[in-house]
Amino acid sequence: MSPKTLYDKIWDAHLAHEAEDGTCLLYIDRHLVHEVTSPQAFEGLRMAGRKVRAPDKTIAVPDHNVPTTMGRENPDQMPEDSRIQVAALDKNAKDFGIHYYPVSDVRQGIVHIVGPEQGWTLPGMTVVCGDSHTATHGAFGALAHGIGTSEVEHVLATQTLIQRKGKNMKVEITGKLAPGVTAKDITLSVIGKTGTAGGTGYVIEYCGEAIRDLSMEGRMTVCNMAIEGGARAGLIAPDEKTFEYVKGRPHAPKGAQWEAALAWWKTLYSDDDAHWDKVVTIRGEDIAPVVTWGTSPEDVLPITATVPAPEEFQGGKVAAAKRSLDYMGLNPGTPLNEIEIDTVFIGSCTNGRIEDLRAAAEILKGKKIKDGLRAMVVPGSGLVRAQAEEEGLADIFKEAGFEWRLAGCSMCLAMNPDQLSEGERCAATSNRNFEGRQGRGGRTHLMSPAMAAAAAVTGRLTDVRDLM
Amino acid sequence: MEKFTTLSGIAAPMPLVNIDTDMIIPKQFLKTIKRSGLGVNLFDEMRYDRDGNEIPDFVLNKPQYREASILVAGDNFGCGSSREHAPWALADFGIRCIISTSFADIFYNNCFKNGILPVVLPQDQVDRLMEDAEKGANARIEVDLEEQSITTSEGEKFTFEVDAFKKHCLINGLDDIGLTMEKAAAIDAFEATAAQARPWV
Repeated sequence: MSPKTLYDKIWDAHLAHEAEDGTCLLYIDRHLVHEVTSPQAFEGLRMAGRKVRAPDKTIAVPDHNVPTTMGRENPDQMPEDSRIQVAALDKNAKDFGIHYYPVSDVRQGIVHIVGPEQGWTLPGMTVVCGDSHTATHGAFGALAHGIGTSEVEHVLATQTLIQRKGKNMKVEITGKLAPGVTAKDITLSVIGKTGTAGGTGYVIEYCGEAIRDLSMEGRMTVCNMAIEGGARAGLIAPDEKTFEYVKGRPHAPKGAQWEAALAWWKTLYSDDDAHWDKVVTIRGEDIAPVVTWGTSPEDVLPITATVPAPEEFQGGKVAAAKRSLDYMGLNPGTPLNEIEIDTVFIGSCTNGRIEDLRAAAEILKGKKIKDGLRAMVVPGSGLVRAQAEEEGLADIFKEAGFEWRLAGCSMCLAMNPDQLSEGERCAATSNRNFEGRQGRGGRTHLMSPAMAAAAAVTGRLTDVRDLM
Repeated sequence: MEKFTTLSGIAAPMPLVNIDTDMIIPKQFLKTIKRSGLGVNLFDEMRYDRDGNEIPDFVLNKPQYREASILVAGDNFGCGSSREHAPWALADFGIRCIISTSFADIFYNNCFKNGILPVVLPQDQVDRLMEDAEKGANARIEVDLEEQSITTSEGEKFTFEVDAFKKHCLINGLDDIGLTMEKAAAIDAFEATAAQARPWV
């Protein structure tokens, strides 16, 4: 048998039909659904008189619109359009008989945090969601990617996706990470190297010692941003850490099924002589704590660097960099660690897990945030929130001056009331620094939770190593 | 879905690279439960000021481009989120074809579901089309999906690649759910086999 990559293996195991022209139907094991990209899909089913083909494999949770302030069970907390969208998901989940975690359920949270937490996401699965950050689930060695609403409807109706196979790209992070360097710095540094279109048409497999050394939370952070590198999906081969994380979760297999699953999962790795269409290698030792300076996730530099000049770039990027600096209100040559901020946002599907909150709390312990700063922690799920409270992290955040919020997407994309105002500058642990992403005119600098915590303490972008 | 066969239209130049889906349709317009009516908010924050007045410099606000049905755009168009609201907004405005050196993958797929043809061409050809688009309303660009070609206002012709299945669906305006449902037997068979092999799923 010819050698295969992990992607090849999962693809082959899910190929339900292949037409003569190479168009494939890929069978989908898990379909995650949220309120923003699904109402039109359910409406389409109704209009055509179709059912959800596999409601037991379909899991819904509202996350994008939901307020993260106390008392949100009261629908008056939401503007009418948000309320209608969440109510539509409530109704669709009930009408079509799919699994559902309503806002009132402690298990509610960001869909990409809830899936793994509840054991819906398992190695070797195909996972889709009408959300580009579905790549997160690739941390389990699952082929997971975002789809549009028409495709959501297609999966609801047929449990398959029309696909052509992508190409294989290997991103290897060798060696060890230096202190203060995290999974977020890895994933941002990869995008900084390959660009936001570097992974277009590829499925990325992340490997190497630095990736193996990451916890499952860290691996989810890395895969989460595969999409910002242009790749639909990111993958990490499952190992003992994966199996340990999965074991005992509510929807993970048990008993004899667990043993059978484990036996298959252990075959899920890229063969030694598998073919790669593209290979990128980065030395772990060379990765520094990084921040973004512009309005594309590829605009990334070590915190020790200075704001670049547009002339340092080539082609269309010169005009884009000029526009970015103008939008961000930055001048070339300014040291990044002198940039003052107004707001700190810790949360999102990129960095809203327990380990992220631990890393931020570690920096904040016994410290206060800079006077006048607005800072908030939005845990990725109700269960992350509960665990952080149990571990005493919530107290550290509150004592430091952070707002301690309920779970949701929140200020990552500002569809709920958590937004930046014009010109407001934010240190954010989320995934996109696009113009207007966190609110019209808002300025976003992406970074790790530890770096965001450090920025909260000093009131400016800060090298976390100075506070360690 | 609306069929796409040929198109003769005004092309608007948007040379900026990495035009993302937040630019195409900002998040406040995603709170709809319908597919229609988003055209007025296409490129909202680039197109209107805080008070909702048009920004005259923005390309689609210029008199010669208000009826544009083609965009010629910088590299990596449509990067960012999976929101299909982006092609919904483009289609609702009247954009039926987008030409660039590359597209983000999810956006590219979403276009085909909404009667929009995304065309990938090499840099030098996109540059030529960009120059042509800069001429304004007098320069109509011709798109022919059947023969996979684009012709500038000066008669220069470029050919492009497109997936045969996607082309077939677009030309005939086909609903791909209906097509897949014709293969229900294959899906049933796969499901039965997979349930044996991986009963824990």
